[in-house]
Amino acid sequence: MSIQFDVAVIGGGPAGLAAAIAANGAGAKTVLIEREARLGGILKQCVHDGFGLVRYGERLAGPEYAQRYINELKETDVQVSLLTFVDKIKNLPDGYDLTLVSAGGLRHIRARAIVLATGCRERTARQIAIHGQRPAGVLTAGTAQYYTNILGQLPGRRCVVLGSGDIGMIMARRLTLEGAEVLGVYEAKSIPSGLPRNIAQCLLDFGIPLHLCKTVTRCFGHARLEAVEIAGVDENMRPIAGTEERLECDALILSVGLIPENELAETLGVRLDPVTNGPVCDQNGQTNVPGVFSCGNASHVNDLVDYVSESGAAAGRAAASYVPGERLYAELRAGEGFLYAMPQRVELSRVPEELTLYFRSRDERGKTRVSVKLGEKLLLQKRFNQLRPPEMERVTLDLCGAAIGEGGVILLEMEEIV
Amino acid sequence: MLRKPYKASACYERMVIIVKNLICITCPTGCRLEAEYAGGKLTVSGNGCKRGEEFALAELTNPMRSLTSTVRTANPLMMLPVRTDREIPKDKIGEVMKLLRGVVVERPVTCGEIIAGLAPVCDGSMIATCDMS
Ligand SMILES: Cc1cc2nc3c(=O)[nH]c(=O)nc-3n(C[C@H](O)[C@H](O)[C@H](O)COP(=O)(O)OP(=O)(O)OC[C@H]3O[C@@H](n4cnc5c(N)ncnc54)[C@H](O)[C@@H]3O)c2cc1C
Ligand code: SF4
Repeated sequence: MSIQFDVAVIGGGPAGLAAAIAANGAGAKTVLIEREARLGGILKQCVHDGFGLVRYGERLAGPEYAQRYINELKETDVQVSLLTFVDKIKNLPDGYDLTLVSAGGLRHIRARAIVLATGCRERTARQIAIHGQRPAGVLTAGTAQYYTNILGQLPGRRCVVLGSGDIGMIMARRLTLEGAEVLGVYEAKSIPSGLPRNIAQCLLDFGIPLHLCKTVTRCFGHARLEAVEIAGVDENMRPIAGTEERLECDALILSVGLIPENELAETLGVRLDPVTNGPVCDQNGQTNVPGVFSCGNASHVNDLVDYVSESGAAAGRAAASYVPGERLYAELRAGEGFLYAMPQRVELSRVPEELTLYFRSRDERGKTRVSVKLGEKLLLQKRFNQLRPPEMERVTLDLCGAAIGEGGVILLEMEEIV
Repeated sequence: MLRKPYKASACYERMVIIVKNLICITCPTGCRLEAEYAGGKLTVSGNGCKRGEEFALAELTNPMRSLTSTVRTANPLMMLPVRTDREIPKDKIGEVMKLLRGVVVERPVTCGEIIAGLAPVCDGSMIATCDMS
């Protein structure tokens, strides 16, 4: 007979930690399952600071932020299973059966509701167009971060970073501090994709050049990377013939984007949003599969861990009070100019007084007014001095007195302020 | 650290310095600042909040940074993450990194515990940023 839980949380990163604490706080018998030996998720290797500004008003290091939640978790009676991989989840009439794999072998547990807090994975060289061999020395920024910050081993001495995402820039600084030479950060787009503050404190502070409209087109070397070929790109990001140059290096570090991890979700029939690559969720992270919730980077890639914890807590609370039954929804629609807005829909049996929305703009913009409407009724209007795709924005709607009905549409619009 | 209100010595009074494209790193907003120093007075524009002014002033006089890194432990495949307990002068970062290379932590620590003093280089200490048993 397998043990029965109310809520099973999969993934012990900041999203899963917050979800387990919240589910337990709401009275649910909760289990937290993590495949690694320690809790904290990706934060264990994010030794840089800047975490927790919203939540704690402090600039904590990643492990330090995680530690606060780990300490809080220790005060609860959440059952924690480390070094345990959730291999399969099966739908039962009254909940779910989880197949767990650990050193002790296979075992099964059951849960009424599931919170998927499996984080995200990095895009790799296979998913971008680089010709040539795949010698040792070509690795993602997250892998380079793991080598450097956890194992204490430099992935290379002469490094090239491809992609100007925050993780790539943070790694460029980190490698420089540890004595490696970072030859440059190369970005195919005409604008950097990371935060301006990281350009300042990670690149400018250390004299690391940032090359826009350039990309890596080829790797040289057999067993070990010896050089890369850099080329300029046109506005369609296609390499321009004749601009190629060869750069000797022993490590190519890829910071070319993150994708929500939803392998388990897909086996359950969870519907994914083609833009976020995460599940279509309601305000509590519940997916189209009843009793299956998603939060943190598994639901969409977040840039601030504070919001990750927030989404985890909401999913944990809702999973704890989950009861099967029919549900009615209103839809959230992001108009022209938005990349996406979350949650994709609002579940109407528990419309909160306040609804938090997250969104990203498609392009970089100056002064912009964002309006949120329900039919003709204006729910919110907010000015932004600038909007940039790498920076997720958050607004909170007051829904008191707003009569949202089934099939209703909450519409986000933006217009330039002149 | 910061002296407020900022008063320059007389010899700087006739100097005009304009610094453009300074990026405030105090919070993720990353405001682009423009600082103008004229007549012994500093004016900052572009800042979203008051901290931007303080940042510009420090950046033009004595730039400060917090430093995060790792130190070795008894386990050869497990580093301990650490950070400075305050901001340190930017030009001391290299020396602090050198100092950290010699540090090995061989005891259990709790998050926030002092790991190494920075006394030979600057004020402050490195503190652990997670528990290690
Ligand atoms: C390299 C990097 C740098 C970042 N830097 C910053 C920063 O400076 N500031 C900031 O605010 N945010 C930063 N972020 C954002 C950060 O990703 C999020 O804030 C947060 O860590 C995401 O938390 P999560 O819990 O959703 O995912 P994760 O932290 O990735 O946790 C997911 C967990 O699920 C586990 N798991 C997955 N599948 C299974 C399974 N089948 N069975 C069992 N366990 C499983 C994994 O082992 C992992 O521990 C960074 C992200 C990355 C990747
Ligand atoms: S000026 Fe204020 S709002 Fe702007 S980046 Fe600095 S601290 Fe943030």
